[in-house]
Formats: sequence, structure tokens, C-alpha cells
Amino acid sequence: MLRLKYVLNEVLVGLWRNVTMTVAMIITMSISLFMLGASVLLYMQVDQMKSYYYGKIEVSVFLRPDVTDAQRQAIDQSITSNPLVAGKTYETQKEAYDRFQQLWSDSPDFVKSVGPNSLPESFRVKLKNAEKYKEFSDQIKGQQGILDVIDQRTLLDKVFNIFNGFQFGALGVAAFMAVAALLLVGNTIQVAAYSKRREVAVMKLVGASNWFIQAPFVLEAVVAGIIGSIIGFVVLFVGKVVLLDHKLQALATILTPVHNGNVWLMLPLLAGVGAVVSAVTAWITLRFYLKV
Amino acid sequence: MIQLENVTKTYPKASRPSLDDVSVGIEKGEFVFFIGPSGSGKSTIIKLLLHEVAPTRGKVLVNAKDVTTMRSWKVPHFRRSIGCVFQDFRLLPNRTAYENVAFALEVIGKTKAVARRVVPEVLELVGLGGKEHRYPHELSGGEQQRVAVARAFVNRPLILLADEPTGNLDPDTSIEIMRLLDRINRTGTTVVMVTHDSNIVNQMRRRVIEIESGRIVRDQARGVYG
Repeated sequence: MLRLKYVLNEVLVGLWRNVTMTVAMIITMSISLFMLGASVLLYMQVDQMKSYYYGKIEVSVFLRPDVTDAQRQAIDQSITSNPLVAGKTYETQKEAYDRFQQLWSDSPDFVKSVGPNSLPESFRVKLKNAEKYKEFSDQIKGQQGILDVIDQRTLLDKVFNIFNGFQFGALGVAAFMAVAALLLVGNTIQVAAYSKRREVAVMKLVGASNWFIQAPFVLEAVVAGIIGSIIGFVVLFVGKVVLLDHKLQALATILTPVHNGNVWLMLPLLAGVGAVVSAVTAWITLRFYLKV
Repeated sequence: MIQLENVTKTYPKASRPSLDDVSVGIEKGEFVFFIGPSGSGKSTIIKLLLHEVAPTRGKVLVNAKDVTTMRSWKVPHFRRSIGCVFQDFRLLPNRTAYENVAFALEVIGKTKAVARRVVPEVLELVGLGGKEHRYPHELSGGEQQRVAVARAFVNRPLILLADEPTGNLDPDTSIEIMRLLDRINRTGTTVVMVTHDSNIVNQMRRRVIEIESGRIVRDQARGVYG
């Protein structure tokens, strides 16, 4: 109990003694952890979106404008009999045009410029397994009267690639800031150890245990790491609420909702990473500067 | 109590060993002077006994424990059985005499209650009764060294190591410190003192081990300085 009080007191005094360095350490730590949290969230989000959208994906088989009835029937036949197919709908030129009009009802000039016959008729095919697109496409492509076979997946993949890019970017920034944060932790611990060198020398002389000598320094780093992670988390949470829930709400409808539960999950993750990484860095620094 | 067996210590980059094949035994309760010129290797002995440095060859036994093969995590506990006094006192300047001694107890896990009971007692023993709440800068050199002795002795160690404890003190004060060490020796504590203060060695008439260039050149039961 007494020792706990001693250690805690040492931690607070230590953090305050070198307050500018402590602040710098906490800020870099929080930026790094914020980036880490953002990238993990993005990863979870992309995963969730993939399973959501891939389930709804359709393959569109567009027919040539000069397709004959016989050809159309043959295509219909081969789609229906294909074992990869779960279901299909047929869209006439008229239906395609209606849908188009509805979709672009905000821009009547654009709608006017497109005639009712310029949109191709198509089969909308749902596969049992969306991953098998390539196989299906190869089997069907050779048929007479097909204009093109388009998988929505390739389109989605482009979107996901952008998200992945963001995610890696955030991870990169996180790693970069983490290096700065770790150097600051190491430096802070060195300064702390130097300013307490007399006490440390006496403690070693009279036989204080190593953990007792090192604990205040390690805890100092851990406390800074946890404070940094809490700040990083708050920024992440506020960022999520302001950007996704308000400013960019339109985007959020495409994005599938980001659950608050997932965001909350980042708190223990960031705090854990912040604490462990700081503690290990401090401990390694001490092994060099407080030789027993 | 203390046993050095064929101990050689060569520091890295040194041209010749600080200690060269030294063998010596010290019994429980003895008072021993290590004397010799600067750089003769006598301070290395203290460092070896504290496990601050490891010997290049040979064996160091303290309290029947082999210091040379001791695991590093066992060293702190081992050091609790050894008290240490230095030429430069090594007191904490921002703590009073009482706090300096109590600090040594608290950092090895003793409670404040224990410190309250034991510290005034040991400060009385070293002759600092009434000066418990002075800071080091408010004490004379001799008084500061008494605080250091109190800190070294408060844990009732089996061995007291003193590395030139009178090196910074005038002759009269030195004698007082020696009386104090003598008193501690009479409680049964083994005292090992490194010095080149001939005056003191001649007055005490205790065992003298002289070292020159890393070798023992004299070991006398009731010796004088040279």
C-alpha cells in the first residue's frame, strides 16, 4: 500500500517535472493511435460492406440492339440451365428507359438527350456464389446476340480499392507517428532517469528491487500512453459523429452505417496498444540507462 | 564471511589487470584495511564484493554465496546484507538526515512505522540525536558521513564496506568516524575499509592488507601503514 502510494506519487511528479516533453509525447501518441483506430475502423467497414454488397451483386447480360428472338431465347435458356445461377430477371428496353428516367429525374435535359431505344435490354442474373463471376461470364460470353457481360463486382472493387488505399495511408501515418512517439517516450524516460540518478544510485546501493526502481518510470510512460490513447479515441469518435453522421450523411447511405459499438471497441484497443507499446519502450530504455 | 579465490580483474582496454590473482579470506567480525597507492586495485575489491563488476577470473564468495555466478535478479536482495559508505557520502540533498535513512528502508519495502521506530535509534547511535531534521547542506562533512553510516547500518548488515570514508574529512573528524566504525564492528559487523589514510591505519592497529599493482604484498594481523 505504502509502496503503491510512493510509486504513484513518483509518476505524477515525474510527468509534471518534464511537462513540455510529456505534452509532446501525449500529442504524438494520440495522433498515431487516432490513425491506427481510423484504419482499423475502415478495415472493419470495408469488410462489412463487402459482405453486404457482394450478397446483392448481379451480373448484367446486355443484349445487342439487333438481337433476334431466337438468340434471346437461346440466351435465356442457357442462363436458366446454368448451375451457377440462383435467379434472373429480364429487363426490356422500355423498363431500362423508365428506370433511367427515374434515376436521373433531377436532370431532365440529360434524360431528353437519350432516346427510349438507346438503352439495351438485359438479363439481370444473380449468382449462387458471387465469386464465380468469371466462370459464368466465360460460359455465356460466346453466345450470339450478347453485347456485353458486366459484373457489378468490378465496379465495387474499384470503390473498395479506394478504401483500402485510405486504410493503408492511415496505417502508414500511424506507423510514422508511432516512431516519433516512441523516440519521445525513450527521451522522456532518459531525462526522468537522469533527474533521479541520485535516488536511483542509492536505491541500487541499498538493494531496492529492480521492479521497484523501474516501476515509476515505466508507469510514467504507460500513463502518458493511456492519456494519448483516450485523446486519440475522442478525436476518432467526434470525427465519426461530425463527418459521417452529419456533414457527409449522403455518403453514409452508400457506406453502410458505421456502428457506434465498433467505434467504442477502439477505446480498449487504442488504450491497450498505447499502454503496452509505451511500457515496452520505457522498459527497454531503462535497460540501457539504469544498468543494475 | 568474505573469500576471494585467485581473483583477476582486467577492465576492458586496460593494459594490465587491476587485481592479479588475488586470494584472501576475511572472517566474520573482522575489521580489515585495504591500503595501497591510487590505482593499486583496492577499490576494485569493493566493487567486486557489491557485484558492481564481475571478475575476469576467479571466485568471489560473500556470506557463503558465490557472487560471480549470482543471477542479476538476486543481486538487489543480496545487497541488503551489505552496508556501504563512500568518500562522497552520496546523500540525497533534498531530504533530511531522517529522510535519507528512512528512504533506504522504504525502498526495500519496510513500512513507515518501522522507519519511525528504527531511524531515530540509529541516528542516536551515530551521534546525530537532535539533528534528524537537518538537510545535508546544513550539516558538516563529518555529520554527513555519519548520516551515510547510519543509512548503511540501519538495516543491520552483516558486512559494512567503506571506500575511503575519511577521504573528504579533516583528521579530527576522521578519527570520530573511525570510532563510529569501530563501534559498529563491535556489534559483530564485519568492516572492510579501503583507505590511504596512514594516520588512521596506524592508530587503529587492525588487520592490514596492502595491495600494489593488483597484488597483495602484505597481510598483517595488527599492522601499520607502511
